[in-house]
Amino acid sequence: MVPANKTDTATLELLGANFRGVRPRGGYSVGLLAQALTDSLAKFDPRVQIRNPVMFVVWLGMLVTLALTIQPDLFGPSDASHLYNGIVTGVLALTVWFANYAEALAEGRGKAKATALRQTRADLVGRRILDGGRADQVPATELRKGDLIRVEKSELVPADGDVVEGVAYVNESAITGESAPVLKEPGTDMFSSVTAGTTVISDWLLVRVSADPGSSFLDRIIHLVESAKRQKTPNEIALTVLLSILTLIFVIVVAAMAPVATYLHAQINVADLIALLVALIPTTIAALLSAIGIAGMDRTMRFNVLAMSGKAIETAGDVQTLLLDKTGTITTGNREASDFIPTSGYTQSELIQAAYLASHFDSTPEGRSIVANSAARGARPIPCLGTAKGFEFSAHTRMSGTDLSDGRILRKGAVSAVVSHVAEHFRTLAPPGLQKIADSVSTRGATPLAVSVNGDIIGIIALSDKLKLGIRERILELRKMAVRTIMVTGDNPVTARAIAAEAGVDEFVAEVTPEQKLQIVRREQSQGRLVAMTGDGTNDAPALAQADVGLAMNSGTMAAKEAANLVDLDSDPTKLTDLVAIGRQMLMTRGALTTFSIANDVAKYFAIIPAMFILALPGLAALNIMDLATPRSAVLSALIFNALIIPLLIPLALRGVRFQVQSAEKLFHRNLWIYGAGGLVAPFIGIKLIDFVIAPLI
Amino acid sequence: MSIQAWLQTAATLVTVLLLSIPTGRYMARIVLERTTRLDRLFDPIDNAIYFLIGRKVTSQAMTWKAYTFHMLATNLVMTLIIFAVYSFQDYLPLNQLRFPGMEPFQAFNTAISFITNTNWQSYAGETTLSNFSQMGGITFPMFTSATTGFVVAMAWIRAFTVKNGGSDLGNFYRDFIRFITRVLLPICSVIALVMISQGAVQTLDASFVAHTLQGSDQTIIVGPVASQGTIELVGTNGGGFYNVNAAHPFQNPTPITNVILIVLMALLPASIVVTFGEMIGNRRQAWVLYAVMGALMVLLLALCVIPEQDGTPTLESAGIETSATADQPGGNMEGKEVRFGIAGSSLFADITTSFTTGAVDSAHDSYTPLPGISLFGGMMLQCVFGGKGVGFLNALIYGLIAVFVAGLMVGRTPEFLGKKIETQEIILVSLALLIHPLVILSSTGWSMLAPYALSSLGNNGIHGYSEILYAFASGAADNGSAFAGLNSNTAWFNLATAAVIFIGRYPPIIFLMAVAGSVARKPTTTPSASTLRTDTAMFGVFWFATILIVGALTFFPALVFGPIAEFFAMKAGLTF
Repeated sequence: MVPANKTDTATLELLGANFRGVRPRGGYSVGLLAQALTDSLAKFDPRVQIRNPVMFVVWLGMLVTLALTIQPDLFGPSDASHLYNGIVTGVLALTVWFANYAEALAEGRGKAKATALRQTRADLVGRRILDGGRADQVPATELRKGDLIRVEKSELVPADGDVVEGVAYVNESAITGESAPVLKEPGTDMFSSVTAGTTVISDWLLVRVSADPGSSFLDRIIHLVESAKRQKTPNEIALTVLLSILTLIFVIVVAAMAPVATYLHAQINVADLIALLVALIPTTIAALLSAIGIAGMDRTMRFNVLAMSGKAIETAGDVQTLLLDKTGTITTGNREASDFIPTSGYTQSELIQAAYLASHFDSTPEGRSIVANSAARGARPIPCLGTAKGFEFSAHTRMSGTDLSDGRILRKGAVSAVVSHVAEHFRTLAPPGLQKIADSVSTRGATPLAVSVNGDIIGIIALSDKLKLGIRERILELRKMAVRTIMVTGDNPVTARAIAAEAGVDEFVAEVTPEQKLQIVRREQSQGRLVAMTGDGTNDAPALAQADVGLAMNSGTMAAKEAANLVDLDSDPTKLTDLVAIGRQMLMTRGALTTFSIANDVAKYFAIIPAMFILALPGLAALNIMDLATPRSAVLSALIFNALIIPLLIPLALRGVRFQVQSAEKLFHRNLWIYGAGGLVAPFIGIKLIDFVIAPLI
Repeated sequence: MSIQAWLQTAATLVTVLLLSIPTGRYMARIVLERTTRLDRLFDPIDNAIYFLIGRKVTSQAMTWKAYTFHMLATNLVMTLIIFAVYSFQDYLPLNQLRFPGMEPFQAFNTAISFITNTNWQSYAGETTLSNFSQMGGITFPMFTSATTGFVVAMAWIRAFTVKNGGSDLGNFYRDFIRFITRVLLPICSVIALVMISQGAVQTLDASFVAHTLQGSDQTIIVGPVASQGTIELVGTNGGGFYNVNAAHPFQNPTPITNVILIVLMALLPASIVVTFGEMIGNRRQAWVLYAVMGALMVLLLALCVIPEQDGTPTLESAGIETSATADQPGGNMEGKEVRFGIAGSSLFADITTSFTTGAVDSAHDSYTPLPGISLFGGMMLQCVFGGKGVGFLNALIYGLIAVFVAGLMVGRTPEFLGKKIETQEIILVSLALLIHPLVILSSTGWSMLAPYALSSLGNNGIHGYSEILYAFASGAADNGSAFAGLNSNTAWFNLATAAVIFIGRYPPIIFLMAVAGSVARKPTTTPSASTLRTDTAMFGVFWFATILIVGALTFFPALVFGPIAEFFAMKAGLTF
């Protein structure tokens, strides 16, 4: 698993910013902005446009007005000049271009990363070991599953595979961005798999290739960061359908005006009709829709989480239950000596000193922590330790200890083990208060260890699992986001209960085998909840696959990574809370901009309708409540507003609307005011201002 | 407006509100097949009918497809029957006045119109139909069309509550029969007697001869008027026995019956909302919907009643007293019955369009422009309570769109009543939303260019356009009222309105039933604090705004050429 100190720093950083984590740093460089400029022009291609039906209508309208610019009376007599139709065409082109630009900008960062990764992939060369033990140098594309390759110091790993021989440090920063090297060795579940594109920085490894070219982890990353091949998420598809049908309705509405105008002998400019149509259809949200989705993927990527699909991020926002492993997620996994409780007749300092001596030869993390903690509480080494005989901890004896040269025999270990040790070797009985102390330690969620000196049990060391820094706050935030947390652990119920209470999780399940996680996931799902979980082991894979959101640690096995729909490259399980926030933020941005876009229509009607019929139905001038200067300036102002609002909202689309941990009602209330009421009012002001500026010009 | 007018309006609305609660709860008991005190009376009747139809078909569980299929099949068979009744009435009994069979285009139009609860009438009842046709071809589908809308809505609601994955959304025939025998027939029987007591006519005779004061003889047509005139309103149907509909003293004799008819029109569509709350076990949700529809209705009502009382500048400049005094009603009385006055007429007109009934007690053609907008509004939104069942479903179209956008706004996949609203539902709901403007605007647009359509116009210019727009809006909304003045008995209008009515009725129902099938298959999610509740005032406001912005703005340009232009022309003193 992850070294504790690293995760803690990450958590600390995130907490300090209080969900600034949802907006990781990293702006848009001049290079990205310029690249988007050229990319956006290529998107004028109708084959690209047709993927966004709303903008395609604008694009088609632009062609019609372009024809009208050349020949104003194409559809019958019209008082619209070449110039006027030309301006309308220009504004429509600008509208399409702004939408293109938003998408290109959102894609930019992913493209840049994909290009870099692709370069890495192209450079990969492998040293393949042939049957006779000979090696030949081949490009990575020729390596097949099952091939054996040797990777030397400062070489790039050419293909995904499992280490079969050798021990080496590997720098995985090309994939994970994490520069601390990872030790790879054969035979472990977690640390024997290597990824193409990473660098061996010490020694050598013999690796059995586990993926054919095209299906390696690197290939998957490249595929994922290339948003061009991005699939739309379910909610995005639903929204696209809604927006397309609203557009179709407005096409009908506007088209139906022409015959009525003919009947009334009212002259109507086709350019005006197109302007009205474009103003009414939800161009604002349609222009920004794919940018929002790409930006959401990008945000997860900058969190160093790989999403196998946009759907996974969207689903993360809906998650109602979160399964958290106790060890590694909620606790650091390293148990530390937190208390020393002497039995009657002994002082605490005697116990501390004895614990120190007894653990001197214990190299387990627990033993180290006892030494450190007792030293901090005043235990001192004594001269005869140098000649003492040490007993290492073993799973069989469940004890460790020291036989000092002054004849003292010290033992420390599981209470039952120490009790039988003193009974066997010294024929002494455990002191009467011992069991009570041990029980009270267990109830607190700690593990009791007994310490004996020459057959006398002098006290208990409480070993407790330390909560990760900030995990309580994270879980509290999850509760505020209405996500239920379930802690799963292999510990006994007593320990589990204590940790659960300390961490503040809603529920815990103790004595869980990895296989049982699958059942817990299924149980929650059958109760109508969406479940997220994290995992890293091969036996987590079925549950990861079953969960609606499975977040695998990059340090985990390939099986886990393949079963999950998200892979965390930093291997920090608490990131699920950020993913929930990113998922929600993505949907919120879409909803808010849809509301804004549709609410805008009210003002646009009041700008365009009276202007269009000023000659035929002069009474309608009363609807010109914005008091726009001329019919021409009114139509153009509405159209220009409609175009300009897109770039104005690009930063919001890329950044996402502000996410706060609060109830749905409050969020709804807030967003309805900002984007609903704001969407009603903003265009009245904007159109009036634009009219004020352009009226003298035309 | 006078105080009496305000009071009359307020009292009518409060009566509807108060009556809708017990009625809605009673209907829920019927739909949920809970026991009622009347079971002892109705069980034998229903069982006898089940026996006649076949026990198997009346007890089988139906999926949304089966339910919709049986609904459509039943409607088709009934359409053929009533088409035959109109066409061959000269061979059928009770044709004392020897009316010939209806010509095919008109019979086709009438059959479609009555089977769909529209009751658009391109014929004049008293000079076209025999008493047998009035009963067997007109009154009969009034019961079944209202029931069709109702049961479809009930099956739809069930989709949100069933735990069977949609394998059982109820049995169409059972729902159908129970609603007729236990709701419509009892109400209609009682009210018809009340109407008769007030002077409405009910007889199997066809006519009698009256000797007028001038000494001439006048043949007066009578028939089973009270029975038809009751279900006409209770079932939000609107097809009158007489051409002048509820303006006729034999159908709607007194101001009291006028109020009774208004209450009846509004009662069941309002009650359905209460029934909805009982069925889903969430009364709050029902009241939010009730409030949304109620607010829209008050808005339309104010737009209708108040300006009508103000009359027109032309009337004023002609020296006519337009404010109400002790001995005259003031306002615009053109096309209104003196016994109902302005408040009674405009309240009736507003309710008949917003509840998409289509019965009239005044000439809608003669309303001043702002009330005209209100009448259009009711039919274009078609969910200001709307017709039986379908009005509720229309409100839910907007509701699901509101749920979708609002759900996104709080960052969750949207949910309504514990069911996720996803691509499938949004496609279907959007298509249902598309149909209404599509049929109204395309048929109107076509007509404006077609000489064979324009020749039917009673007025030229803007008002002529309004007449055609009204005809198609009325058809598409299953309303059936008309801006009189348009000669709609032409091949074009008979066929075009029939098509508009048909497409405006069945495809949206099928789309919504498919939504029912889709949500029924989904697991019911457990709500949490991050789930957006839809039973709050805030969501009600959003729902209301969605209906106004999506629904009303769609038709805003269409209205600009018609009543809105007329309004400004009227202010400028122009006439048409």
